[in-house]
Amino acid sequence: MAMNKQSNLYIFVYSSIMVIVVAALLSLASTALKPFQQKNIETEKRLDILKSVGSAKEVGTARNKHEYVGNEFNKVIVDQYVVNLNGEMVEGINPFDINLKVEFSKTASQQNLPVYVAQMDDESLKYILPLLGRGLWGPIWGYISLNDDFNTIYGASFAHKSETPGLGAEIATTDFQSQFKGKQIFQDGNFVSILVVKGGAQPDDIHGVDAVSGGTITSQGLEYMIKDCLKNYQNFFIKSKELNHERED
Amino acid sequence: MSVKIESEPLFSAKNVKLITDPINRNNPITVLVLGICSALAVTVKLEPSVVMAISVIAVLTIANVVTSLLRNTIPSRIRIIVQLVIIASLVILVDEILKAFAYDVSKQLSVFVGLIITNCIIMGRLEAFALGNKPWPSTLDGLGNGVGYGVILVIVGFFRELLGSGTLWDYRIIPYSFYIKNGGFYENNGLFILPPMALIVVGIIIWIQRSRTKELIEKE
Repeated sequence: MAMNKQSNLYIFVYSSIMVIVVAALLSLASTALKPFQQKNIETEKRLDILKSVGSAKEVGTARNKHEYVGNEFNKVIVDQYVVNLNGEMVEGINPFDINLKVEFSKTASQQNLPVYVAQMDDESLKYILPLLGRGLWGPIWGYISLNDDFNTIYGASFAHKSETPGLGAEIATTDFQSQFKGKQIFQDGNFVSILVVKGGAQPDDIHGVDAVSGGTITSQGLEYMIKDCLKNYQNFFIKSKELNHERED
Repeated sequence: MSVKIESEPLFSAKNVKLITDPINRNNPITVLVLGICSALAVTVKLEPSVVMAISVIAVLTIANVVTSLLRNTIPSRIRIIVQLVIIASLVILVDEILKAFAYDVSKQLSVFVGLIITNCIIMGRLEAFALGNKPWPSTLDGLGNGVGYGVILVIVGFFRELLGSGTLWDYRIIPYSFYIKNGGFYENNGLFILPPMALIVVGIIIWIQRSRTKELIEKE
């Protein structure tokens, strides 16, 4: 076929066809793979919640990850609800569907704050709170679980979208996360959160953990994340503590 | 047009050279010094290095084949754009597939999958080889260059993870009891975690390679 491949017409037609073909191909792939990706994300979320209380340990060997995590979640998480800034229950919202990013764009008094309650093997209750913040390259998030004194941390799990492997991404390792166990977020009734200390926290520091070497900005983002997210729960902590006392009396 | 294509066997000496050459004498990283940016970024640990190597091999090979198949239709004035579109769509496909079926791996690689698009080796091979050669030699060329890139990545990743974190593939190699903070004598070399050390390791590899392969040394 006598076609001038250098002509503008050819180039226009060629690039138009190319763009349409590529767009069709990519949107097809995206639509077809969406359900699988969605399922992965939901399972991941459940797993992150469970990890913060040290559950779902056999996930590496489970044959069907989705099923295993789903069962484990239903077993361990005995209650989940939404509270507001004043620590009052908010009805009619499923905490699992809450998008923290949307909530944080609202004013503090209108935010819906999810709480997951886990029951451990020794019958004790742990309160799991979601976290969301900014790392160096993108969002970081996680879950932190508190004992029923609403002060001592029982466990934490962190995840990230695009922190550098070996540096900032180390926040997702158990080595880093296990430091949080036993730390306290209140000092004499005042909220102090957890400090991520560059160069290493003192061993007797009950509010501090070691920062990630080479991941200063991620570590700092993590510190802000814990502080910003937990401070909105303060009233909930106080109210729940009173409730617990009444129950004990 | 002559139809004497079949006369050349699939793995003729010339074709085998297409694979073996880029692994040593024409290595994209150590000789051509391409793809350095991703070699610095992903090699902190062994696992992302290996996954990155596999992804690049896949993308480079397929992109080479696609470009080679289209080579007679691509208008030369927009060939770079066409190549970029081919690479970018392949990378997005790889990313979507990883997210759906290998979610953990995709989390590991995070941003680096997207960075394959900017890997100069891929663009370089499409431009220098696939545009002017038939699909089969292009496949071999893509494989060879991908492997040549991957080998260096894995070597660098091996040393950086071992000396920087004391682990390999996240398994602890150097026992905790060796560390100074636990009463031992050993300390991880923090420099290995940082990108400059990758450059130094690549430099050492180039040094060793040149001292063993004399024809790489320039006359003057």
